[in-house]
Amino acid sequence: MRWFEKVRMLLRILFRRGDANARLDDEMQFHLEQQIAENVTRGLSPSEAHFAALRAFGNPTLIREEAISYWSWTWLEKFARDVRYGARTLTRSPGFALVAILVIALGIGATTSLFTIVHAVLLAPLPFRDPDKLVMVYEHFRESLGGDGFNVVSPADFRDWREKTHGFQDMGAWRWYGFDLTGEHSELPEVVEAAAGSWNLFSVLGIQPALGRTFAPEEDVPEGRHVVLLTWSLFQRRFGGDASVLGRQIRLDSTPYVIIGVLPRWFTYPDSSVQLWVPYASTFTAKDFDAHAYHQSHVIARLKPGVSAAVATDEVSALQYQIHLANPTKPVAEEVRYRPILEDVVRDVKTPLIVLLCAVACMLLIACLNVSNLLVARGAARRKEVAVRSALGGGRLTLIREQLTESLLICLSGGTIGVLLSIQATQWLASQWHDLPRADAIHVDALVFAFALGLVLLTALLAGLIPAISSTGKGVFAALQEGSRSLGGSTSRAVLRKTLLTVEIALTVTLLVSAGLLFKSFLRLRTTDLGCAMDHVLTMKYGLPEKQYDTREKIIAFHESVLERVRGLPGVQSAALVSTAPGDGYEGDDVFTIPERPTSSFQLQYDALYRTVDPNYFTTMRIPLLRGRFFSDQERLTRDHYVVISKKFADQFFSGDNPVGKHISDVRIGAAQPYEIIGVVGDTLWDVTKPTKATMYFPILSGIPDQASEATIVVRTTEDPLALSIPIQQQIAALDPALPVYDILTIDQIVGKTTASQSFSATLVLAFAALSLLLAAIGLYGVLSYLVTQRVREIGIRIALGAQRSQVLQMVLLDGLRPVFIGLLIGLAGGAVAGALIRSILYGTSPLDPFVFVAMVGCLLLTAAASCALPAVRAATMDPMLALRNE
Amino acid sequence: MGKPSDLVQGTLDLLILKTLSLEPKHGWAIAKRIQQISREVLQVQQGSLYPALHRLEQQGWIRSRWSETETGRQARFYSLTAAGRAQLEREKESWNRLSSAINLVVEGA
Repeated sequence: MRWFEKVRMLLRILFRRGDANARLDDEMQFHLEQQIAENVTRGLSPSEAHFAALRAFGNPTLIREEAISYWSWTWLEKFARDVRYGARTLTRSPGFALVAILVIALGIGATTSLFTIVHAVLLAPLPFRDPDKLVMVYEHFRESLGGDGFNVVSPADFRDWREKTHGFQDMGAWRWYGFDLTGEHSELPEVVEAAAGSWNLFSVLGIQPALGRTFAPEEDVPEGRHVVLLTWSLFQRRFGGDASVLGRQIRLDSTPYVIIGVLPRWFTYPDSSVQLWVPYASTFTAKDFDAHAYHQSHVIARLKPGVSAAVATDEVSALQYQIHLANPTKPVAEEVRYRPILEDVVRDVKTPLIVLLCAVACMLLIACLNVSNLLVARGAARRKEVAVRSALGGGRLTLIREQLTESLLICLSGGTIGVLLSIQATQWLASQWHDLPRADAIHVDALVFAFALGLVLLTALLAGLIPAISSTGKGVFAALQEGSRSLGGSTSRAVLRKTLLTVEIALTVTLLVSAGLLFKSFLRLRTTDLGCAMDHVLTMKYGLPEKQYDTREKIIAFHESVLERVRGLPGVQSAALVSTAPGDGYEGDDVFTIPERPTSSFQLQYDALYRTVDPNYFTTMRIPLLRGRFFSDQERLTRDHYVVISKKFADQFFSGDNPVGKHISDVRIGAAQPYEIIGVVGDTLWDVTKPTKATMYFPILSGIPDQASEATIVVRTTEDPLALSIPIQQQIAALDPALPVYDILTIDQIVGKTTASQSFSATLVLAFAALSLLLAAIGLYGVLSYLVTQRVREIGIRIALGAQRSQVLQMVLLDGLRPVFIGLLIGLAGGAVAGALIRSILYGTSPLDPFVFVAMVGCLLLTAAASCALPAVRAATMDPMLALRNE
Repeated sequence: MGKPSDLVQGTLDLLILKTLSLEPKHGWAIAKRIQQISREVLQVQQGSLYPALHRLEQQGWIRSRWSETETGRQARFYSLTAAGRAQLEREKESWNRLSSAINLVVEGA
């Protein structure tokens, strides 16, 4: 009750101050009247009674003040007064205020945007039940060749783990998948990203479907009933959010599937590209489902209360070792490893995001120092005023508070503009960032506002405190004693400004170096040679549904008619087929043995990427033949036991021997017979950001369903390749109108897609660095102009006494450039440290790349020289007479 | 009658609360009442009365509202809240302790 009364009082006094004042007056008036009445009854005359009463009452203003002081809002009044003062001083120099506010707005806006993204992507829990109890479990090969040691899991391993260990509450699995989606009535076909999840996956995650149900255990078996779960986006996009789709059929790769449920809108795991879910086991053949050496699945486990992830994983690890021992000749991992599910989702963007956040924080700090610097300069201009006020009894705290209020006003206005900017910018950033996980979860919430407010206060304190403290205190009275003709002026203030400037330059150099490294690394990526023709090459994909195209003959017939039609188009130089074009991804790898070089131990297991290609692929893509020959039209149908290998393959597994004529066998995807190696071709990259990997090429003209059904047409053209995309699609549609064609991209676009996030972060950091450079230039210019103004008289005397203009120029320039040089040295050290920290996201660029360092130093020195030049020239061309008279 | 005594430091709150414990009163009446009961010994200075009333109201111990006096004029009447009543008990107790302690010292010495 009491606090309620108190709050009521506080609010009444806060919002109805006028009423409260009137009430107090009224009350005191009443008291006075009573006193007068009493005096009159005692026999005094009315006027005597009045004065006696007033005398007895005392000073009404004092009483009122005293009563008001209990109203506990006095701090607010004081603050309002400070704000009035601050606003007045700021509007007196609108130019300064505007620059400062803009600088802070940029800094706070950018930092808030990045924080919004970092918060939503890296920090906010995933929208699952008790997400901190979820871990991802992976296989781990002790002799891991590359990769991060977290290997995807084979279906049989997952099933054994789930059945035979009890450390986890439950385990679910999922894998990526893809389908051609068509309706029942020849609706527009499309290729959809899909995922396959075990029946218990959704309960492990704690997900209830928005409509219908999730998978039943009996549906999650190979050759099980064909059922499908729609994601919310597909449900809205393709089915208009019509709930009656439950129980209806759609066709996936021409097979009818019954829609049994719709997932909630916010469920976008593993990412928002997934359009639909099918049961896990339905994506395997019965043989593959029992395979321990066929890795593709992601396993999610929920912790049991009271059992740590490490303990539960150890149990799984022990089981995995048994499985490994039971399969000595196959690639079956010895151990398992786990990581929290959030870490798993964000692992690719964590470092770039943190780098970006550090970069904006750096920029904000520079902005802050700049404002601080500007405030110090203004403090100098107001020394007399501050001194007079101190002399008249103005408390130091009051003066500091006033100056802090000023910086708070700047930061508040800047912060408000910044947050408004950031709301726009965050959306833009999130949409521009290719493949940013959880991008749909990014939103501005109370925490972001709180962060922005905290940032404003921190900036205000940082920017305001140094100038406020330095411009008040004991030293200020010197300003009064110091005659108007003093020469030395405030050297201590100049030192302070130079120190601030040094820090600013150091930060700028650090930022510039990091940006330079990232940008060079990005340029490296963009100009990387994939090992094949990169200009004028168009690629597009199609996948032949196994239902219609169920024999080798049908598949080959389709592929060859497509090639024949495309080659006939004007502008086409040559056309070929490959399962996955260079730079376009991993596709898959496979283990094999080489009968001529037997190996007994699993550790020496041979492993390489596989591709299927048609005879013209290598010439079309200009991949050089190093030995032997390419495929011919003869290697087709069942005469398909021939393989072409890459140079890396030859180097790695034949170490110098001639591989042509040797064999590889036991390929999981192929037949039992050995494949004869007929040729060695140049290496290509499967991802521009990754090192090359040994590759084996099998003939696509084998026409084996499943292995030869998926194809990418690569077309080399004489003119703009994209202009041919429609004619080529028309040719394919003429052959099979229900066959969707997708991912129509030039090789250049494929590279651009892979390097999009590098391009994005490099560009952003570069933009931040450029802004910081601009800020530093403004700061430098400001400091030097200030110093020159301070030393007008001194310079005037020097010139009058015969100093050469060039000497003056040199003196001023040196004065200005000294903090630049010191800052530069510190900044270079900082840049080296930053480079080492971002080493993991640099590609083909040393963290100490001399070119970057030299370029950035040059860039900074040029900017510094440019911003010093104007004040220095002004000093050198000064008319001594004017300078000395100027008072 | 000698010169009215100044109030012992910190006792004004107790006096006001006690005075209001019987019935709501306006400021003037509070001052008068204290004066009467103490047989003109205690004079409440107006300069301390109103700040004290505002402080007590701020603390939530008393509340105030407009009401009509016997003479038909509008005046502000203060009354005790439940919290105020509890506070009065506390203040009374500490006053008793203090005054008996002082008594002990003064009489015993």
